[in-house]
Amino acid sequence: MTARAGMPPHPGPGTLFTDERDPAVTLLDDAPARRRVPARGARPRKGPVDWARSGGLSTLVFALPLVVVFGLFSWWPAVRAFVMSLQKTNLIVTSWVGLDNFHTVLTDPLLPTAVRNTLWFALLALVFGFPIPLLAAVLMSEVRSRRGLFSALAYLPVVVPPVVAVLLWKFFYDASPQGVFNTILGWVGLGPYPWIQDPHWAMPSLVLEATWAAAGGTVIIYLAALTSVPAELYDAAEVDGASIWRKVWHVTMPHLRGVLLITFILQILATAQVFLEPYLFTGGGPNNATLTIMLQIYDYAFANSLGGDYGAAAALSILLAAVLAIFSAIYFRLTRSWSVS
Amino acid sequence: MKSPRRYTALAATAIAAALALTACSSGDDKAAGPTSSGTSTAGGDQHEAVTITVAGLLPGTKQDAIDALNTEVSNFEAKYPWITVKAKDYEWKDTTFASQLAGGTLPDVFEIPFTDGKTLIENKQIADIDAQFQTLPYASQFNANVLDAGKGTDGHVYAIPAKSVYGVGLHYNRDLFTKAGLDPNKPPTTWDEVRADAKQIAQKVPGVAGYMQMTKSATGGWQLTTATYSRGGRMESVADDGKVTATLDNDATKASLQYLHDLRWTDNSMGANFLFDWGSINQAFAAGKIGMYTSGSDVYTSLVQTNGLKAETYGLTAIPLEGSDAGVLGGGTLAAVSVKATDAQKDAAVKWIDAHYLAKLTNQDAAVADAKLQQANNQPVGTPTFPIFGKDLYLENQTWIKDYINAPLDQMTGYTDKMFDFPMVDEPRYSTQDLYSALDPVVQAVLTDKNANIDNLLKQANSKVQTILDKNQG
Repeated sequence: MTARAGMPPHPGPGTLFTDERDPAVTLLDDAPARRRVPARGARPRKGPVDWARSGGLSTLVFALPLVVVFGLFSWWPAVRAFVMSLQKTNLIVTSWVGLDNFHTVLTDPLLPTAVRNTLWFALLALVFGFPIPLLAAVLMSEVRSRRGLFSALAYLPVVVPPVVAVLLWKFFYDASPQGVFNTILGWVGLGPYPWIQDPHWAMPSLVLEATWAAAGGTVIIYLAALTSVPAELYDAAEVDGASIWRKVWHVTMPHLRGVLLITFILQILATAQVFLEPYLFTGGGPNNATLTIMLQIYDYAFANSLGGDYGAAAALSILLAAVLAIFSAIYFRLTRSWSVS
Repeated sequence: MKSPRRYTALAATAIAAALALTACSSGDDKAAGPTSSGTSTAGGDQHEAVTITVAGLLPGTKQDAIDALNTEVSNFEAKYPWITVKAKDYEWKDTTFASQLAGGTLPDVFEIPFTDGKTLIENKQIADIDAQFQTLPYASQFNANVLDAGKGTDGHVYAIPAKSVYGVGLHYNRDLFTKAGLDPNKPPTTWDEVRADAKQIAQKVPGVAGYMQMTKSATGGWQLTTATYSRGGRMESVADDGKVTATLDNDATKASLQYLHDLRWTDNSMGANFLFDWGSINQAFAAGKIGMYTSGSDVYTSLVQTNGLKAETYGLTAIPLEGSDAGVLGGGTLAAVSVKATDAQKDAAVKWIDAHYLAKLTNQDAAVADAKLQQANNQPVGTPTFPIFGKDLYLENQTWIKDYINAPLDQMTGYTDKMFDFPMVDEPRYSTQDLYSALDPVVQAVLTDKNANIDNLLKQANSKVQTILDKNQG
C-alpha cells in the first residue's frame, strides 16, 4: 500500500506484463496449452483419470503453494474486506448494516476533498513523474561511459527506505528561512517558501519528494526497454538523414510504447493509492489540503483512539478498488490498438 | 486477441487495492497474548513464573533514562523473582492507539488518557483488575473524582490513575526571553502579555516562533479547547434529558482562534512551521525554536528524558484565565492491562503499576528510593503534577523527596503557586477525540490561510461533531 508516484508496485505473477505485442511470444505460450486443453465442445469431455494421466495432478501440485499463499494473504482478506463493508464492527461485536457504510462514506463532506486531492496528486505526479524518468533514461542510454554509475545514482533514492526519505525531506522542508531548501534557494535570491506549511504548496511538495523517491525504478524499466531497440534502426534512420528528434520520435518511442502504456497505468494505480507521503509529511493538513482517499480510509479505521469505523473504511476501500478496476479495464480497451505494433 | 490473463490481472489489481485495509487490521494476535509458561518456586511461595510487557519510555529517550528504568526493572524482579518484566517503548497517540490495540501490539500494561477510560471499559477492551486493585494498601485513599475515570458502570476498577494528573500550563524558554530582552522571572499573566512577549521574541530572535500551539493528531483540538476554557467557553453542553450538544462555535473558541490569527498574520510571531503534535512541539521547544506553548504541567519530564532540554532554559507558569467561568483544562493518565492477560499476569501487572507509578507517591521509603535512583541517573525529580491522592499527601511527598528534587522548581513558581487554586475543568466528556480531531483542520486553516473564515470553519466542525454525538447517542 505504499503508493509511490512514478513507480509501479511490484507486479504479481501473471499480471500486467503479459506481452501481447510479439505474436511469437504468444504462440510459444499458447501452443502447449492448446495441445492439452482443446476448445470446449470439440471433443467429448475427459474423465478425471485422463486428466491425472495427462499431467493434471503435477500441475495442481505445482500450483498449490502459490494458490494457497495468494488465497490466504490476498483473496481471503479481499473477501473479508467486502464482507466488512456491509457490517458495523469494533472487531468484537459485529452486526449487519447493509449498504449503510457506503451511504456514510459517499455523504461524508470530506470525500470530495479527498477525491480532489488524490486527483491533484495524480495529475502533478504525472506531469513531473512521467516525463522526467523517460528523459533521464533517454539521456542515460546516450551516454557511452559510466552508464552504471548514472544508473546507480538514479536508483539510489529507491534504495533509501521510504519512511527515512520522508523524514529527511520533512527536515529539508523546514519553512523558516533557516530551513535547508530555503537556505540553498536563498543563495540565488529565491524564497523562503512555505513548502508543506501552506495549503497550496503542500501537495506539490509531496509530489516533488515522491518523484525523487520513485523515479529511479521507472528509469531502470525504460533503460531496459531502450536497450532492446535494434541499433540498425538508428543507423538506417541516420542514413535517411533523420534528426535526433525524429529518431527519438520514429524509432525510440514506438519501441517504448508498450512499456509506456504499462508504466502509465501502474503510475495511475499507484498515485490513486498514495498514502505514505501525506500520512508522514502532513497528516492530511494543513486544513485537509493533502487528505487523500487512502488517508481518509486510514482515518476512518484508525484515527480515533477508541476504535474507528472499520465498516466505512472497508466500504471506501471497495469503492476505490472498483473505480480503479473499471478505469483499468477502460484504459486497456481504449489502448488495445496502440499496444499492438 | 483476447487474453484471459488480462482479466485476471485486473482482478488482481482490484484485489490489491481492497487489501490495503484488511492487511492493516489483521495483525498478529499472539503478540499481546499470554507469554507465561511453566511454574517455578521462588521465595518459598509457589508462584507461577510470569512475564509481562509494560509501557516503558518514549521512543528515542536518552540513555540515562533507559538506565534508570532498567535498574527499576531489576529491583522489581529481585523483589518478585517469579515475574519477568519487559519494557517496550511507548507513546500514546490518538492516531496509532486503535491500530495497536486492534493489532495486539500494545504492551500488557499500557497508558491511556482519562478521556478514553469509560469507552474502553464499555467495549471490554481492557481487563477488569478490581480484585488486584483492592489489594493495594492505598486503594481507599484515591481522590474519588480521579479514580472514577477508570471505573466501569459495575463499580469495578479497570484502569488505575497513574503517572500523572495534569493541568495545562504555559511553558516558556527562559533563554529566549533573555535574548529578546524580556525578564524570564516575569512570565506573562494575561493573553495580551503573551502576545506582546511573543512578538518581541519573534522580532529579536530570528527563526523562532514567539508562541506556538499544537495542530496535529487531535492535539490541535485539545489545545484549542484549553484556550477556550481559559476564556470561559465550553465545547459541549448537556441538557437535563441527557442530550449532548456540541458548542464548538462559542465565543471563547472564536476569540481563541482570532487570537491565533492575529499572532500569525498581524504580528508574524508564530514562525514558519505550523504542523505540530505533542511530540514534535516538545522537540521544537527543547531545540529553542519556540518561545512559549501550552501543554500538560508534567511535560518537563519528557522534555528532559526525550528531548534533552536544559533545566536552566525551562520556565513554567499558569495559563492566563480571562472572563467568568474561565478554567484550566485538566486531564491525566490511566494505567490499564491487556484484556488478554491471565490472572497471574494481572497480579504481576498491578504489582508493577504499584511499584512503577504509585508506591512512590504514597510511601516514604518508596518515594525516597525512587527519587535517589532518578537523581543518580540525572532524571527529573519533583516535576509538578496534580495530586492523585489529594493535596496533603502530595505536599507531604514533596517534603520526603526534598533533598533529591532537581527539577528547577523556582522556575515554575508561576504555576506551582496557583496550582491548588485553579478552577480545574475536565476535558469534554463525550466523543472527546472526535471533537479534538474535528478542530485540528480549523486551527491549521487559521495558521496557514490568511483569509480563513473562523465562523464558517467552526460551524462546519460543530455540525460534524454533532453528527457524531447524535450517532453515538442514538
